[in-house]
Amino acid sequence: MAIYSVYIINKAGGLIYQYDHFTNRPEVEKTFSFPFEIVLKVFDEKVVVAFGERDGIKVGHTVLAINGKPVEGRYLQDGRDIMEFLASPENFPLDVKFGRPKLTTNEKIMLASMFHSLFAIGSQLSPDLRSSGIEVLETDTFKLHCHQTMTGVKFIVIADPKQAHIDVLLKKLYEVYTDFALKNPFYSLDMPIRCDLFDSNLQGAIEQSEKLGISNI
Amino acid sequence: MTIFDFYIFDRNGTCLCYAEWNRKKQSGISKDEEYKLMYGMLFSIKSFVNRISPTDIKDGFLNFKTSKYMLHFYETPSGLKLIMNTDLGAGSMRDVLHQIYSTIYVEYVVKNPLCELDKPILSELFKSKLDEFIRSLPVFASKVS
Repeated sequence: MAIYSVYIINKAGGLIYQYDHFTNRPEVEKTFSFPFEIVLKVFDEKVVVAFGERDGIKVGHTVLAINGKPVEGRYLQDGRDIMEFLASPENFPLDVKFGRPKLTTNEKIMLASMFHSLFAIGSQLSPDLRSSGIEVLETDTFKLHCHQTMTGVKFIVIADPKQAHIDVLLKKLYEVYTDFALKNPFYSLDMPIRCDLFDSNLQGAIEQSEKLGISNI
Repeated sequence: MTIFDFYIFDRNGTCLCYAEWNRKKQSGISKDEEYKLMYGMLFSIKSFVNRISPTDIKDGFLNFKTSKYMLHFYETPSGLKLIMNTDLGAGSMRDVLHQIYSTIYVEYVVKNPLCELDKPILSELFKSKLDEFIRSLPVFASKVS
């Protein structure tokens, strides 16, 4: 039971606000000896598992830390390339921590505009008259809820599939947006929201909704 | 409750089968374009879901809902995709889609030596069995409108 994250997208598909509330990303740390049995590749400036799933390490996981020290993209903190570091026998045995990569800001912006288009295609492919775009998207690990306002702003909440009363939360988030972003004289429309009062009220709304979701079961 | 339409795509994006029952609105583009748009949307949703998911996913995308319809998605390990559009009253159709795959597609297409697996399905037997199966579903409930 949890609310994972919130996205707010403006009418042009640009991400104007994003908040990660709760994440328990799976992380696995394991000691390896030479030769390194997991096949890695460099993808999008990250070192990703390409082959050799074992002990909870899945294809698509990235290298998060080596010997307890977090890595920076495809390099170690001292600037050495991870792929070269793992290819030389004198560095072994070593501990490598794998996990799902955290989304970068760029990826979040890209995913937001991607959803904006999917929303439009969803309504175009409708077999029934006057359909809206995607409102709820269900997968086995999360449920995405989307509320589009009259002015085209989209509020997206990603939550646990069993979390109830997300529609109430979406309405509440809209209220918070009108009260603390739109009524703020320093906020310009369709631009990223940077306002402490908005942040704290949004977090309050999410926490309240989580309690509501639990007490109603 | 009703069923609007049904698609089968192979793993390369070819539309193998399309059938519609109570569809009220056409998309306004040619059927070929519509299949491409549908496949493209599902392909993007799959990649979107994979990336935005907070934890590791197993089955991935299951269905989505708009204000008027619900799209159900089922993918076999071989990459065959079955898609069904129903109205909002229908619950999870995953079992139904799996049943269509295992008792109709496998029986009347895979086991039919005259059917090529990467070409649109021409078999009349398959089409009639599919139609019969869909019409017999409780969610189909012929709505007079």
